[in-house]
Amino acid sequence: MLENKKVAILGDRDGVPGPAIEECIETTGAEVVFTTTECFV
Amino acid sequence: MDLENQQRIKDLAEEHGAENLVVILGGAEAEASGLACETVSNGDPTFAGPLAGVQLGLAAYHIMEPEVKNEVDEDVYEEQISMMEMVLEVDDIIEEVKEYREKFSKFV
Repeated sequence: MLENKKVAILGDRDGVPGPAIEECIETTGAEVVFTTTECFV
Repeated sequence: MDLENQQRIKDLAEEHGAENLVVILGGAEAEASGLACETVSNGDPTFAGPLAGVQLGLAAYHIMEPEVKNEVDEDVYEEQISMMEMVLEVDDIIEEVKEYREKFSKFV
């Protein structure tokens, strides 16, 4: 599903931060093109 | 969803093609995660940001949804995500994000 896709990551300061998601996505064959960590509150 | 990030997502969809771009969320709770999914697929429901009225139709998943989790290296997932998985209402988050994705995403 993610292979060869471009991925934009919207992490959450109170949930899963962007860099933690990025570490995961980098193992899937997808290319991370944007990572941020939002504060939804 | 942050207005600046709405613009970034809009630009990335134009640059790479909406069919090639997937958004992965890390939201702490169901409502905000669902709102983010709605925003990148059907447009900003608050009509405040650059995605107001813009239906990109992007596919968005939460990092804890099985579709994503199953593609991630197990050890890396364990190290980076599993602790938060224990404290968040994962089922509620998944249900909400899935609902909006199935309703509005054009590239699932």
